[in-house]
Amino acid sequence: MLLLALLPFYPLLSFLLLAGLGKRLSWHAATLISVGSVALSAISSAILVYQLSSSEATVISVHLWQWFSLAMGADIGFSFYLDALSAVMICVVSGVGFLIHLYAAFYMKSDENFNRFMAYMNLFIVAMLILVLADNLVLLYLGWEGVGLCSFLLIGFWYQEKANVLAARKAFIVTRVGDTAMAIGLFILFDWLGQLNIQEATQLAQQNWQVGSNQAYWIALLLLGGAVGKSAQLPLQTWLPDAMAGPTPVSALIHAATMVTAGVYLIARMHGIFLLSPEVMNYVAWVGALTLLLAGIAALAQNDIKRVLAYSTMSQIGYMMLALGAGAWSAGIFHLMTHAFFKALLFLTAGSVILALHHQQNIFKMGGLLKRLPVESSLFAIGLICLIALPGTSGFFSKEAIIAELWSSPTAGAQLWWCAIIGALVTSIYSCRLFFLAFLGESRNQSGLHLCNANRMRLPLLALALLSLFGGLIHLDFSSVFSLANRASEAVANARANEPIWLHPIAIAMPFVGIIFSWLFFSDYRSNKGQEIPYKATGFIGVCRDGVGFDWLYDWLLVKPYCLLARLNRRDVLDQVLMLNAWYARLWYGALSATQNGQLRWYAAAIGVAVMCLVGVMAL
Amino acid sequence: MSWNLISLETIFYLAGAVAIIASLKVVTGKNTIHALLYLVVSLLAVAVCFYLMGAPFAAGLEVIVYAGAILVLFVFAVMMFGLAKDETRHAPQATGLSIWVGPVTLALVLLAILIFAIDDASIQQKLTANIVGARQVGALLYGPYLLAVEIASFLLLAGLVAGYHYAKPDGQGGHL
Amino acid sequence: MTAIPLSHALVLACILFVIGFVGVIVRKNTLFMLMSLEVMLNAVGVAFIGAGSAWQQADGQIMFILILTLAAAEVAVGLALLIRMQRRFRSLDIDKLSQLRG
Repeated sequence: MLLLALLPFYPLLSFLLLAGLGKRLSWHAATLISVGSVALSAISSAILVYQLSSSEATVISVHLWQWFSLAMGADIGFSFYLDALSAVMICVVSGVGFLIHLYAAFYMKSDENFNRFMAYMNLFIVAMLILVLADNLVLLYLGWEGVGLCSFLLIGFWYQEKANVLAARKAFIVTRVGDTAMAIGLFILFDWLGQLNIQEATQLAQQNWQVGSNQAYWIALLLLGGAVGKSAQLPLQTWLPDAMAGPTPVSALIHAATMVTAGVYLIARMHGIFLLSPEVMNYVAWVGALTLLLAGIAALAQNDIKRVLAYSTMSQIGYMMLALGAGAWSAGIFHLMTHAFFKALLFLTAGSVILALHHQQNIFKMGGLLKRLPVESSLFAIGLICLIALPGTSGFFSKEAIIAELWSSPTAGAQLWWCAIIGALVTSIYSCRLFFLAFLGESRNQSGLHLCNANRMRLPLLALALLSLFGGLIHLDFSSVFSLANRASEAVANARANEPIWLHPIAIAMPFVGIIFSWLFFSDYRSNKGQEIPYKATGFIGVCRDGVGFDWLYDWLLVKPYCLLARLNRRDVLDQVLMLNAWYARLWYGALSATQNGQLRWYAAAIGVAVMCLVGVMAL
Repeated sequence: MSWNLISLETIFYLAGAVAIIASLKVVTGKNTIHALLYLVVSLLAVAVCFYLMGAPFAAGLEVIVYAGAILVLFVFAVMMFGLAKDETRHAPQATGLSIWVGPVTLALVLLAILIFAIDDASIQQKLTANIVGARQVGALLYGPYLLAVEIASFLLLAGLVAGYHYAKPDGQGGHL
Repeated sequence: MTAIPLSHALVLACILFVIGFVGVIVRKNTLFMLMSLEVMLNAVGVAFIGAGSAWQQADGQIMFILILTLAAAEVAVGLALLIRMQRRFRSLDIDKLSQLRG
């Protein structure tokens, strides 16, 4: 229990030390403190998972202190709740987080603000751990906001560049929209159920509300709003590609492995309420499916390696949402875990490549890296084959698990199954395009390779590669967590027995179809002899590259009217009304100070006027 | 001679008119010394009014003290300390007959009405019936108003000291 | 009762007073202000004498004597100050005296 209680506090202590001692710490000391604290958290997570799995209890919970108490007897405490779901999450967060911290220590070694960077990364780990361990929604919201803050701080880490700050601001504001929806959802939930403790609220909801009831619909919808913002799904997905302005370890940790999965975690955690509203689950599935297709199409038109990976992340989280919407809870979380592995691998390897090519991120200016950087290329290839879900990799197991449950699900269906299949095809096409452009052919980049610290950075990459390849063999047992869902699946089992037999073969074959298609279609990319490849980002391709028109839409719909209003209100109408007070005082000041001008004749005249008034009053 | 049309009241009004006109010329004057002299004329006219109101002692005092001492002090101060300098510098120097007209007119009018008042028997008869003479004033001064007289002397002492002190030339310990 | 009604004397006094008052307010030269003050004091004297003679009492003239004394003292001090002002400011403009020191 103590282990669980202390789990998020190692990185918190490290954050405080790094923030307090600042520049006085040397690189070695800072690395030891920051990476070491996350390592401690990772080890604690592993021990806790072992304890959980070997004991009969399915839950470990610990109450640290009471934060505040609300009306109706609801107490909000700082309590942690560890079941199978949060166990998976803490392992992913601290394990992958540890590897990324280790990598980042070498990646950001030469940066002058290294200590600030590691402090923020540690703060992020704290917030994320609190988010996944929270047993009540208020504490979860604390973690939610904390990760949002750290995302902002880390995207805008190199704040001297205006573009980075704008990207950070955009991320924060867009996720804020989702956060507001979620907050409203929490308020309504408290109003209707009187409880914000997750387990108790779910129980009360199951007892008092019918399936398909109005209350469950609204709560689930608002929670979906929050999840959509944080996980960069439609319609709040515009911030994720711009968030690539942050350093690569940030993109790996926050925008691939952990923060963007917070939305998925939220929906999984609140599955009790979502099960009471099949319509919202349908929405979740459709949001996931549309995002996955949209992001895939956008990824096909990108020229920046990190943006391809960002859209890929968006697309894969769409898969997770699709899984949750279809009721495949375990499959969705399993995909979350495997995605964390291979996406972190992809991002970190991309970081190594970018660093080696002197901060070159444009894939049209890369090429021939298979020969020049063989280790990184093979690691990247491993990541890509997991992404494409070739048989045997972890990605294969998780993606197939999702696709298998789509056809017969009451809240999904055949259309969504086809979306997932087409999504898999598009995934393989853009992955191959990326690989061909960046790694095959001859080098289009004439500069020499910059390889300092490359060996030490490869260690975490190797660990992630192993996890990506063999992580699919980890068996996750969510039966205790999703027990409510299992009840519903009895009706589904019948439908599953009547599925067409060509479902599975098509799903497995899709990636290969994509690879063959890309081999033929992008042949000039893969056999390029070092000439420059023209990249015309005009027309349809241009629209796809710019987030399939969503940025343009939001700019015209929201940003421009707001700026217009701000411009009109420049003099600030309300402020002017309040300034009337000041104007009035100044008027009297002017009038009264004019009577004190020091001139004798004026005073004499004043006396005369006073006498006249007096006489006049007495005469009347 | 009996100019029955001209009665006590008429003389009073004439003297009053002279006083008013002279005062106006004081207030609107450009030349300091001229204004001072117009003030003297005004005071003399007011003395005539006092006389006509049956207060000859006050009339006498007005002429001797006010016009004869206070205004003379004014004139001497203005002339000796050059206080008239800046005004007269800007004032247009009127020469010739025009500057004689105003004062002469006023003085002649005063003279005329005074002579008439003294001369006319009916006016004299009306006056002597109602005077409050010097004897009555003196009796009051030495009686109920004794303290007021003493206080007035304090006032004069204060005025004397202050006048001496402030008007001392610089460098003799005089500082404002 | 005297032949001249009290109201006439008071009217004369008022007119002279107002003329003096206007002079105090309008003129910038301090010397002229002092002269206008004299006119005002004189007007007050007229009022007192008129009242005294209307009631056939000597008190009016007593008051007038005291006013006279006051005018004398005031002129002495006033002229002395005027002399100082002339020395210091080189002009007799009363508006130069509109600032407190420091």
